[in-house]
Amino acid sequence: MKLSKNFTNPLAANNPVIVQILGICSSLAVTVKLEPALVMGLSVTFVTAFSNLVMSLLRNGVPSRIRIIVQLVVIATLVIVVDQFLRAYMYDVSKQLSVYVGLIITNCIVMGRVEAFALGNKPWDSFVDGLANGFGYAFILVLIAFFRELFGSGELFGFEILGDWYTPNSLMLFPPMALIIIGCIIWVHRSINKDLQEK
Amino acid sequence: MGLRKFVDKIKPTFSEGGKLGFLHSTFEGFETFLYVPNTVTKRGAHVRDCNDIKRVMIVVVLALVPAMLFGMYNVGYQAGIEGILPAFWFGFLEALPNIIVSYVTGLTIEFAFAQKRKHEINEGFLVTGLLIPLVMPIGVPCWIVALSTAFAVIIGKEVFGGTGMNVFNPALLARAFAFFAYTPQMSGEAVWYADGTTGATALEQLATTNQMQWSAWDAFWGFIPGSLGETSTVAILLGAALLLFTGVASWRIMLSVFLGGLAFGYLFDAVGMTEYPAYYHLLVGGFAFGAVFMATDPVTSAQTNCGKWIYGFMVGAFAVLIRVVNPAYPEGMMLSILFMNALAPLIDYFVVERNIARRKKLIKNVK
Repeated sequence: MKLSKNFTNPLAANNPVIVQILGICSSLAVTVKLEPALVMGLSVTFVTAFSNLVMSLLRNGVPSRIRIIVQLVVIATLVIVVDQFLRAYMYDVSKQLSVYVGLIITNCIVMGRVEAFALGNKPWDSFVDGLANGFGYAFILVLIAFFRELFGSGELFGFEILGDWYTPNSLMLFPPMALIIIGCIIWVHRSINKDLQEK
Repeated sequence: MGLRKFVDKIKPTFSEGGKLGFLHSTFEGFETFLYVPNTVTKRGAHVRDCNDIKRVMIVVVLALVPAMLFGMYNVGYQAGIEGILPAFWFGFLEALPNIIVSYVTGLTIEFAFAQKRKHEINEGFLVTGLLIPLVMPIGVPCWIVALSTAFAVIIGKEVFGGTGMNVFNPALLARAFAFFAYTPQMSGEAVWYADGTTGATALEQLATTNQMQWSAWDAFWGFIPGSLGETSTVAILLGAALLLFTGVASWRIMLSVFLGGLAFGYLFDAVGMTEYPAYYHLLVGGFAFGAVFMATDPVTSAQTNCGKWIYGFMVGAFAVLIRVVNPAYPEGMMLSILFMNALAPLIDYFVVERNIARRKKLIKNVK
């Protein structure tokens, strides 16, 4: 597969969230405001990219019987690095994300890409694949958080956008509305990409 | 039959390939509104009858009329206006904008989807459009009604494929949306009922102080504050009589909702969690309205006879359970019906499975 295709495919046509329906839990939990959503997206991007890279480098040396354990060790290490980094430099955001940083380890996208791609491809390709999938995830997160913060609190990144005339829609602050927004994004996405529609 | 001739004359213009062919669905909607169509329903039919869905829906609208008229009068009465007609006129003017907004918003979206997806106009909205303002508190801003209606029609109905395919009752979904999205505007202090002042409804009083300032008879006749259509149990029972007489709604569901509510009402009374008579539950809030008009929705309720008993009983039981145990939601009827809407297919599944198992056993015994 060509490198450019490898990069653009997970962004839209094979997006991990809206096509493969992975990572739904965290996209409901951290998208109330834009800032945590963006940080979460970038954290996941970091983890997927480097876990893909490391596992791709190790792919010929790891017996397939114990590969899941090795993957978990690699991913868990990276997640702890991210967690410590956020606590050191972005303490407020880290507090808002609470357990969801630690839960990146259970995000299906990370392990899914390692299993599906990194174990069978060269390091550079795997790194790009992980990066692209992370960006695909981050993009959807930011999109959901944009609508939720704008209509739920009338703000973007904490700055007031809609004035006093706007009555905040508190349903936007509840996770069910995030699910409905994901549904609407999928709706739009599939009406554009007709080949994704189920018969 | 001048009109019939006229309709027939302009029909080719709106048919496939005609000059205004893209308005096909709209034309058909109006034609079947004027005349009973001579074609049969192709899919999504629930009742085998010579009436089409539009006529069934009209019966439900007629059944809603007593509750609506009394509700309008009650708005004026609660505002302290003397005389029947002035009070009614006051309430009428309060309620009319909501009814218009609900119908205009909903029908616009319905027509747009029907045109885009080239299916027939969904008649279900004739009822939904009237139900929505009836379950909204008086004094709720029109834009909330419009937004809730749009949400219910698009997310609650059209994404599932239109009337007959929806999982949840659209009118209740509209209310749930308004309730969760604009809680301060929908309940408690912001909703006025007397002289422009605000106060707790009967349900809130029961939830917080275990008593209400009105008598059970007031609640039965409907002289209590509350959403437009839900206050008068008498007017709702009139509607129920019409629905049952015409066979539009299921008596099994109606009866079992009341039974479920009473059973759990007495249960909580017996264990001392409530200190008012169990039948209060049936009189205040949206219990009767929900039981008669919402729970019996043929699309979202259970379809099997045995399933209807279970579904209805659990609707009533859960409504009382939510009211008593969770004081944050004094009105449990809305949540309980929506919850049971989601479970209705499951109930049907088990009823059908059990029936199959029973008959298999029968065959075995005969052999």
